[in-house]
Amino acid sequence: MKGSASPLCVIASLALCSALGADWAQAQQPPKLRIGSKASIEGTVLGELLTQVARQAGADAEHEAALGGTQIVFQALTKGDIDAYPEYTGTLTAEILQADQLRSEDELRAALARRGLAMSRSLGFNNPYVIGLKEDLAERLQIRKISDLAQPEHARLRLAFSDEFMQRGDGWPGLKATYGLEHQPKTMDHNLAYRGIESGSIDVTDLYATDAEVKYFNLRILEDDRGYFPTYHCVIVYRADLAARAPRVVTAFQQLEGKIDDVAMREMNTRSKLDHVRDAQIAAEFLQQRLGLDVPMPRNGGGLLATTGEHLFLVVVSLCAAVALAVPLGIWSYKWPKVGHGIMGVVGIIQTLPSMAVLVFMIPLLGIGPWPAIVALFLYSLLPIVRGTLTGLKEIPGHLKESAIVLGLSPRARLWRVELPMASRSILSGIKTAAVINVGTATIGALIGAGGYGEPILTGLRLADVGLILQGAVPAAALALLVQGGFDLVERLVVPQGLRLSTGKA
Amino acid sequence: MLELINVAKSFGNLKVVQPTTLRLEPGRTTVLIGPSGCGKSTLLRLMIGLIEPDQGQVLFDGEPITPQNVMLARRKIGYVIQDGGLFPHLSAEGNVGLLARHLGWDKRRVAARIEEMAELTRLPREALSRYPSQLSGGQRQRLGIMRALMLDPEVILLDEPMGALDPLVRFDLQEDLRKIFKSLKKTVAMVTHDMGEAGFFGDRVILLGSGRIVQEGTLDDLIRSPGDDFVKRFISAQRLPGISNGQPAGNGEPAAEANR
Repeated sequence: MKGSASPLCVIASLALCSALGADWAQAQQPPKLRIGSKASIEGTVLGELLTQVARQAGADAEHEAALGGTQIVFQALTKGDIDAYPEYTGTLTAEILQADQLRSEDELRAALARRGLAMSRSLGFNNPYVIGLKEDLAERLQIRKISDLAQPEHARLRLAFSDEFMQRGDGWPGLKATYGLEHQPKTMDHNLAYRGIESGSIDVTDLYATDAEVKYFNLRILEDDRGYFPTYHCVIVYRADLAARAPRVVTAFQQLEGKIDDVAMREMNTRSKLDHVRDAQIAAEFLQQRLGLDVPMPRNGGGLLATTGEHLFLVVVSLCAAVALAVPLGIWSYKWPKVGHGIMGVVGIIQTLPSMAVLVFMIPLLGIGPWPAIVALFLYSLLPIVRGTLTGLKEIPGHLKESAIVLGLSPRARLWRVELPMASRSILSGIKTAAVINVGTATIGALIGAGGYGEPILTGLRLADVGLILQGAVPAAALALLVQGGFDLVERLVVPQGLRLSTGKA
Repeated sequence: MLELINVAKSFGNLKVVQPTTLRLEPGRTTVLIGPSGCGKSTLLRLMIGLIEPDQGQVLFDGEPITPQNVMLARRKIGYVIQDGGLFPHLSAEGNVGLLARHLGWDKRRVAARIEEMAELTRLPREALSRYPSQLSGGQRQRLGIMRALMLDPEVILLDEPMGALDPLVRFDLQEDLRKIFKSLKKTVAMVTHDMGEAGFFGDRVILLGSGRIVQEGTLDDLIRSPGDDFVKRFISAQRLPGISNGQPAGNGEPAAEANR
């Protein structure tokens, strides 16, 4: 009896130990979390807020700020590139899950659960789309309700809506049908639309109820007298597995429910947009003052060094990959001119693809972060390098190509000992062009969380903060000049002295 | 040795070389001469395999040259073109030693051979470290010849090697080259359009017209007994002293002597 019990005991205690050990290891290693946010002021402030709350709950949380529009961020969540982000119920039912025809919150929760997602209750504020125009203009024309816009005498009002509003299921198409509007609205960036309203170049635009500018520019919000717009309660949408992976974070998210009212949200938006306070600071202050959480006051951002590092990473990795492919492509194009026509055609077409389209196309394949940006930069680098290689090889005088042949060098030796060295200047100048273009283009990487100098530029555009834009634009320009200078140095090392002499003479 | 057996070559509709048979004589210099477009350079390019004949065969040491063996054959044939054909990215010694280094010769052997060649072609030693663009035309051509001789080939082909040189430089180089060819007993084929040069170098002169051999022999033979009107006109067009209207000079003194 005793003898048989002891091995059982050993097994049981081993099992217990390993269970404890695993638990202990989990406690020691904080869960890694990526919080996303849309590219809007409210989006990034809330994203920062969630990130700080998650960190407070013991997670190793990163904020992938301002990833882009609704579709990009929701895709990133379903793919698992991010774990949570702030979203609005109206957007979920009327735009993202429109096809599901959801009628209640329970149905919404069930629809999310089918996609491996969950959501919190409302954080407390409602941020519907509203339609607004300047108070004095509204007063003069006696416009109070959206249906007033349909009056024939207001047919000449100039409408401009954000790109997303023009497309969305809960946007312009439905609004037009519901109210019988005949206007032909223009498409305009949300932040620029405020400027347009202020300068008088447009009259009516779509707004978010909690936007700081509503008050600042003294805008009148028109009554939605036919109840077209759904409510847009702000919720946290997160991956359902978070409950197992980071239960404390989910609990902390739930503690935010009902804590942010309309006033508090508009105040935070105002602090960001009009006072140019950084998101991290706004979020930390809110958590300290309103919720009494003991969050550390964030230090000043990643800083120039970090953005420079991110930016260089994008440029260097994409450029190296492009050189590795494009130089051989250039050589093949030279050796087989028919293949070369095809190659030049393809890389030429790639060059004409809009960068935004390439980025969005890459997200389902590569997720968010630096890699889709690197692939895009890589693709754009191909043309100048292939062309530089091809031109350099073609320009070698015929009698010198023949000299190499009659000498009895093998084709391989001719390439490495004669043709490539003679083409080196042209190849290098193609690489230089690609590098300089890359430094500039890499700024768009910030749209999908790749970091780099684009981040301050994008934030600056969102906040209409020229200083912040310059914080990204100036180092990007400086880096481009530096790259140019760097390549002039490399040319001295790589291009044979004899070639530099002969051009010097010519 | 190098032989062309019944080779012909057309570019498009243009018959550049009519069916032609030609053997280079071992240890002797054959000069191909004729007006522009007569096919003399094309014959040389056929010999080194830069172009393939439409018909006939090119034999090297009795073996037909094929795409498979042409590279090895080229290493036993030196080829010199106008202005040397030097690679601008390599120094003078880099150019001369390029193939030897590629074939894995050790540094000392390469350096020693270059030294020997420089002495033979009377190239100043300080020129060896310069780049082609820093050298005179005559020096570049001496380098071209050094490069062709580097692996001690059996045959040397020269395509208008003096074409770009001024008369005084050309005079010196001609003297040196003939000495080299004679002392090394090389089999040489040279293309020129200059009768004087042809007579100076050629143990045998072949006059070409419209892609075929019109007449061959010593320069003296050509001048004394031109085979037809074309030969007469070609010789008189050279304005050699002592020859007028294609009539041979009375005392039979070779025209080349006058040019010396």
